[in-house]
Amino acid sequence: MATQVEDINPDIPSDVNYLNVTKGLKSWLTTHDHKRIGVMYLYSVMAAFLVGGMLALAIRLELLSPGQTVMSSETYNQVFTLHGIIMIFLFIIPSIPAALGNFIMPLVIGAKDVAFPKLNLASYYIWVVGAIFTIVAIITGGVDTGWTFYTPQSIRQSGSVIWMGLGIFILGFSSIFTGLNFLVTMHKLRDPKIGWFDMPLFCWAIYGTALIQILATPVLAITVLLLAAEKIFQVGIFNPALGGDPVLFQHFFWFYSHPAVYIMILPGMGVISETITAFSHKPIFGYRFVAFSSIAIAVLGFLVWGHHMFLSAESEFSTMIFSFLTFFVAIPSAIKIFNWTATLYKGSIALTTGMLYTLAFLFLFSIGGLTGIFLGALSVDVHLHDTYFVVAHFHYVMMGGTVMAFLAGIYYWWPKITGRMYPENISRFACLLVFIGFNVTFLTQFVVGSKGMPRRYYDYLEQFAPLNQFSTFGSWILGAGILIATVSLLWSLKNGQKATANPWGAAGLEWKTGSPPPLENFHELPEIKHGPYDYDYLYGGQKPTRH
Amino acid sequence: MNGAGTLQLPPQASTVAADIDALYYFIFWGCAIAFILVMGGMFFFMAKYRRREGVPYKPSPSHNTPLEVTWTVVPFLLLMVVFVWGFKGYMDLHITPANAMEYSVRGKQWLWQVNTPGVSTASVNEMVVPVNTPIKVLLQSDDVIHSFFVPDFRVKMDAYPNQYTTMWFEATKTGEFDMYCTEYCGTEHSQMFGKVIVKTQAEFEEWMGQNTGRQEDQDPAEYGEGLFVSKTCATCHSIDGSTALTGPSFKGLWGSQESLADGSSVLVDENYLRESMLEPNAKVVAGYEGVMPTFTGLLTDDDIFCLIEYIKTLQ
Repeated sequence: MATQVEDINPDIPSDVNYLNVTKGLKSWLTTHDHKRIGVMYLYSVMAAFLVGGMLALAIRLELLSPGQTVMSSETYNQVFTLHGIIMIFLFIIPSIPAALGNFIMPLVIGAKDVAFPKLNLASYYIWVVGAIFTIVAIITGGVDTGWTFYTPQSIRQSGSVIWMGLGIFILGFSSIFTGLNFLVTMHKLRDPKIGWFDMPLFCWAIYGTALIQILATPVLAITVLLLAAEKIFQVGIFNPALGGDPVLFQHFFWFYSHPAVYIMILPGMGVISETITAFSHKPIFGYRFVAFSSIAIAVLGFLVWGHHMFLSAESEFSTMIFSFLTFFVAIPSAIKIFNWTATLYKGSIALTTGMLYTLAFLFLFSIGGLTGIFLGALSVDVHLHDTYFVVAHFHYVMMGGTVMAFLAGIYYWWPKITGRMYPENISRFACLLVFIGFNVTFLTQFVVGSKGMPRRYYDYLEQFAPLNQFSTFGSWILGAGILIATVSLLWSLKNGQKATANPWGAAGLEWKTGSPPPLENFHELPEIKHGPYDYDYLYGGQKPTRH
Repeated sequence: MNGAGTLQLPPQASTVAADIDALYYFIFWGCAIAFILVMGGMFFFMAKYRRREGVPYKPSPSHNTPLEVTWTVVPFLLLMVVFVWGFKGYMDLHITPANAMEYSVRGKQWLWQVNTPGVSTASVNEMVVPVNTPIKVLLQSDDVIHSFFVPDFRVKMDAYPNQYTTMWFEATKTGEFDMYCTEYCGTEHSQMFGKVIVKTQAEFEEWMGQNTGRQEDQDPAEYGEGLFVSKTCATCHSIDGSTALTGPSFKGLWGSQESLADGSSVLVDENYLRESMLEPNAKVVAGYEGVMPTFTGLLTDDDIFCLIEYIKTLQ
C-alpha cells in the first residue's frame, strides 16, 4: 500500500525552515511567526521553571531538619512565596498553551499562523514585563505573603506586595490575549476540511483553556487592583481595621484561582491525548467523551471555588453545595483517565521518553486526582485542610500532571520544533530519576500532612523529622533528573541527529510538514485524508474514518 | 487505636475522630482499589502490547458507549456516598452541644491566648480542659487570619479579626495534645503552637482552684524566667544578644539607651518595659517592625514585675 507509506513518512525537505529563513536576534525579537514566538515562550518558561525549581530545592534544604538549617524564617517565607508565584504565574499558566499551543495548534488545524500574529508577539512581551515586575518586587524587599496574598496579612506587608501584584496584573493580560488569539484562530483559520470533531483533542483542551483564560483572568486583575487600592488609598474593602472583609478577598481570589487550576491542567490533558495515541499507534478511545469532558471541566471549574474556603466561616449550606460540585467536577477527569488507559488496549506501544512521561502522568495524576476526594469530603477536609496533605495533593496534580505532560509534549514535539532528535537513552534515564524523585519527595508529604503537620511551616516538631528528611532526599533525585534532562535537550540542539518529517509515524497533520516546518507551516497544504488519530487507516489498511 | 495512631493518622482523642477516620480509610481503600485497577491495566497493556518488529497491526474498537457510561456512573455513585458521609460528619463538627463549656481563644502574631471560663488571667499557648466534656471554642484574632488545629481531635477552624467563629470538641483521653496555627500568619507562623492539656474532672477542678501565680517566698527574677518561656516572649526575643529573631534581644537591655524608630531614644527602665508589654507599639525600637501584640490581660501586675526583675539579670 504505497499511499500509506507516503502518508506515514512523507519525504519533505526542510532546508529552508522557520529557524533559518531569517537570521539574527532582531529577526527573533520582532517575529510574528507563531512558531518562533512559541519557541521564545518555551525557553522563557523553562528558565522560570528552573529558577522556581531551585527555590523548591532551597525550601526542602531548609526543611531537612527542624529549627534553622540554612536560612532565617523571614527568608524562608519569601522563598516559598516566590516559588509559588514563579511556578504558577510565570511557568505553569503559560507553559503548555503559550509555548506548545502556540507552536502546534495552528499547524494541526492547517493554518499559516494565529489570527492576530502581532497580538501574539505582544502577549510575549507582556509576559516579559510582568516577569520584570516580579524581579523588582524581589529587589525592593521581597514578598512573604504566600502566592495567595490573603488579607489582612498582605495589607500589613511592605510596598513590595504592590509591585508583585502589578506584575501578576500584567501577566494576566498576557494570558487573556493568548486565550483570545487561540479562540479566534480555531474558529476562523481552521481548514474547512477539518471539522470540530476532526480536531486533535489537544485543540479541544486549548479551546477550553482559552475560555477560562478569557472569562476568569479579569477577576484576578480586579482582585489585585482592589488589593492595591486598599493598600494605597485605605478604602476598606478587605481590611477589617477599616471595616472591610478579609473573606471577601478569598472569594475574589479563588473565583479566579480555582478555574486557573484548570488553565494549568487542561492543556496537559490535551498533550496526553496526543502522545498516548501517537506512541501506541491507536485511535483515542472515546473521542467525544474526552472532548466534551474538557469543556465540562472548563464550565464546572467555575463553580467550585468555595472548596478552598471550607474553614473560612462559610455557611454550612454553601459548604455543602461546594462539596457536592467538587465531586461532580471529579468525574470528567476520571473519564479521561479511563479513556487514556483504554487507548493502550491492543496498541503498539513504543516506550520512548515522551511515552514514559505520558505513563508517568497517568500514574501521578491519578494519585493527584484520587487524593482530591479526601479533600472534597467535608469532615475529612477539616482535618487535612492547610496541612502538607494539600501540598502533596496539588503537587501531584500540578507537577505530576501538568509538568509531566509538558515534558511528554516537549519530547514528542522536540524533533518538529528543533529539527533534531534528542538522545533517547539518557532522556529515559532522566525520566526515571524524575519519577522516582518526585514520588519520594511528595508521597511522604501526604503522610506528614495526614499526621498533622501544617503547611508553610519553617520549623516543625521532632516527630515529623524523618519524613521531612526523606522528602528532601527525594528533591535531590528529582533535581538531578531535571538537570540531566535539561542538559541533554540543550546538547541535542546542535549535536542531535537530524529529524525526519515524521519520526514517530504519527497521524497528526503537524507531521505532514518538514521538521522543522517552513515559515508558513506547509509548502503546500497536504490533502487531508484521515483524522488525527486514524491509525486504523495508516497501519491497519482500513478505510479512513472521520468522527 | 493505639497511642501513636495509625501509619497515616494521629491518635484519636475526641468523640468525632473515629467517624472521620472511618471515612478517611473508606476513601483510602476505595482509591487504592481504583488505582490498582487502572495502573494494573496500564502496566499490563504496556507489557503485552509493547511494539515488536513483525507483529502486524490489528485494528480494535475505539469506542464503547455502555463501557463509557459505566465508568462515568459508577464512580459518580461512589463519590455521592463519600459526599453524604463527609457532610454528615461535618455537621457533627458544627452542631455544638448545648451544655458545652465555653472557652475563648484569640490568635495573635504569634501566640494563642486562651481564656478558661472561671479563670481571670489568660494562659498562653496552653489550653487546659476536662476530659469527656464538650468544649465550645469561641475563636477570634487580633490581627491577621489564624487557624486553630488540634490533629488528635480532628478539629480545625479559622480565626478572623472581624468576626467570631466557633468550633467544639470533646476530648476522650487525658494527656497533652499539640495544637497549631494552620493559616499562614507571617514570620513566626510555625512558632505559633502549643498544647491542649486534658485532665480528669478531679484534676481539672484542682487546677482551677490552684493559685497559679508566684508563691510568696519565690524569687521574682526566677519566676520571671519561667514566664519568659511560658508567655512566649522567647519566640521573638533572645537572651544571648542574637538579633536574628523578630524582636530586640533582652541581653544588656536593662539600663541602656534604646534608639526608636521615630529617631528619638529612651532609657530602658521599669516604666519603659511595662509600657512595652502593655502597649508594645507606643515606642518601637529602630530596625524592628511594630508587630508585637499587647499582653494586657495576659500578665498580672506581679507577672510584669517579675519579668522586669528577670530582664534586669540579663546583663
